[in-house]
Amino acid sequence: MISAEHITVARSGRKLLDNVAIDLRPGRFTVVIGPNGAGKSTLMKVLSGEMKPDTGFVSYYGTGIDLCQPADLAKRRAVLPQATQLAFPFTALEIVRMGAVAQGTLNPTEQARQALSRVGLRGFESRPYPSLSGGEQQRVQFARALAQVPQPVADGVPRALFLDEPTASLDLGHQISVLEIARDFASAGGIVLAILHDLNLAAEFADQLVVLNHGRVVAEGPCQETVNDGIIASVYGIAGAVGRLPAAAIPYVLPQSRHR
Amino acid sequence: MTKSLAMPLGAAPDGDRTQQGVLVLILLGAMLVVACVISLGVGPTGVGLRDLWIYATGNGDSLSTQERVILEAVRLPRTALGLLVGAGLAVSGAMMQGLFRNPLADPGIVGVTSGAGLAAVAAIVLGNTVLAPVSMLLGNQFLPLMAFFGGLFNTLMLYLIATRDGRTSTTTLVLSGIAIGALSAAIMGLMIVMADDRQLRDITFWSLGSLGGATFGRVFSILPFTAAVLVIIPFVARGLDALVLGDAAAFHMGIPVQRLKRIIIVAVAAACGSTVAVAGSIGFVGIVVPHLLRLTMGPSHRFLLPGSAIGGGALLLIADSVARTVAAPAELPIGVITALFGAPVFLFLLLGKNGLHMRDMP
Repeated sequence: MISAEHITVARSGRKLLDNVAIDLRPGRFTVVIGPNGAGKSTLMKVLSGEMKPDTGFVSYYGTGIDLCQPADLAKRRAVLPQATQLAFPFTALEIVRMGAVAQGTLNPTEQARQALSRVGLRGFESRPYPSLSGGEQQRVQFARALAQVPQPVADGVPRALFLDEPTASLDLGHQISVLEIARDFASAGGIVLAILHDLNLAAEFADQLVVLNHGRVVAEGPCQETVNDGIIASVYGIAGAVGRLPAAAIPYVLPQSRHR
Repeated sequence: MTKSLAMPLGAAPDGDRTQQGVLVLILLGAMLVVACVISLGVGPTGVGLRDLWIYATGNGDSLSTQERVILEAVRLPRTALGLLVGAGLAVSGAMMQGLFRNPLADPGIVGVTSGAGLAAVAAIVLGNTVLAPVSMLLGNQFLPLMAFFGGLFNTLMLYLIATRDGRTSTTTLVLSGIAIGALSAAIMGLMIVMADDRQLRDITFWSLGSLGGATFGRVFSILPFTAAVLVIIPFVARGLDALVLGDAAAFHMGIPVQRLKRIIIVAVAAACGSTVAVAGSIGFVGIVVPHLLRLTMGPSHRFLLPGSAIGGGALLLIADSVARTVAAPAELPIGVITALFGAPVFLFLLLGKNGLHMRDMP
């Protein structure tokens, strides 16, 4: 389990995160939602070890993150960043292979090929990354993260995938397929944390939803408890947008219904 | 852009350029051997390739003393020096481009060389007065070490000024490099006013750049610096590759980013400063060699860094052979040759015709 307690991050007098606690459990797909500037990316940076919180404590299976070497952390969790630009024309395969090398696998090239075909980019191996479209670049980065933690559980220890807006520049079909890969990762015992803006995707895929607003956790739990009119209205300022599909009881959000 | 980007990849349809990298390294090695032979066997004196062959096959006794002296005491140290200088310049260029994530970062263009040159000039002018105690303390390594610290200082300045949140924009990089270089040149001007005639002659040598007057003393004073930079290549190559994706992504992939950057900054200053100390400022090697190599083997530092070392050595030896022979018995400054060849490549790069997209990172 990856857990964070009492996380506070302040930058230029503003609290980006205010006493946040979160537990990422194996086998669970955790989704963080919230308006722009709510502190979602900051929370992910703290959890991945990229940013040191002003106060609070992050631990990976009981070990403080401060005590972990970057190379050890890299074997335990992979991070999909938001859009990445490159100054040098690496091929898609070379980018993905960097993730496999970070895992320390014996055959990183083969691992990279598998990861590329998992995200539907077989045949893109030799394409220079800068020549790919935004969505294709995003999927190459996703493949790199997958190559870094190819197994959800290795040596008895669950691995983690951190995805910062994984669906941002993807078409509808690829949004679903990327999240399905992530859900499979969680179902197989891995840890998944994703930041999403699409509340319908969040409600469909999340086992655990965390709603952040102004750096605080305002709601937490399964989507049935967290995506409701009260919370959506208070966080996003849109009233009466939540409906429910009778069959699956999955809440859906219809912004148009504010005009009712 | 897509078309020109695809060009160097023709040989690797599966996207894996490992074999391509190994092949290019082997070819470069062969080129280096040829360059060494040319450098040892060509010159304004009558000693030629035939004499080199006689000497190399162990029949050196049949050569005249003068011929042997030319080979052993003139050509050999000059070739060794050219190798070390070329390797140091090209590797420091490639490392700096990786550090700044920018194919235009060259120690000569962005003022690192000027910093090293300024420190070298300061060492010459002030070596007998203000800096006399330091000079006494460091002995033979006084000049290279001074140049190293001068280069280090300017690299640090440049990094602090031109990098925001771990990203370097081309504009800021080149402009602040020019400013730092100009400042160094201005202070160098002050030093020159203070210099006497003998010191002026020494200073002129630095401003032009030359392998002339190579001795084994100089070879041994640069050797530890270049060796140190070459030794770290295997340890920084993967980190520099990861750094291309950004500081955060490199950290996520297990790279201790801050430590890597510190090592690179010190290595660039060491390679660059020590070459300036022994051969003056020779421009454009650090940008031309890595650039040509990226076109042939791809940008991965696993092959780019060793390739730059070998290719830089070979290129400088060939440039030096040209410098010695085209206007014989006069000798052109080698910096003139590398600039004639390198400046157009730099302009070409600026125009972005080679698919290295020049637009600023946000």
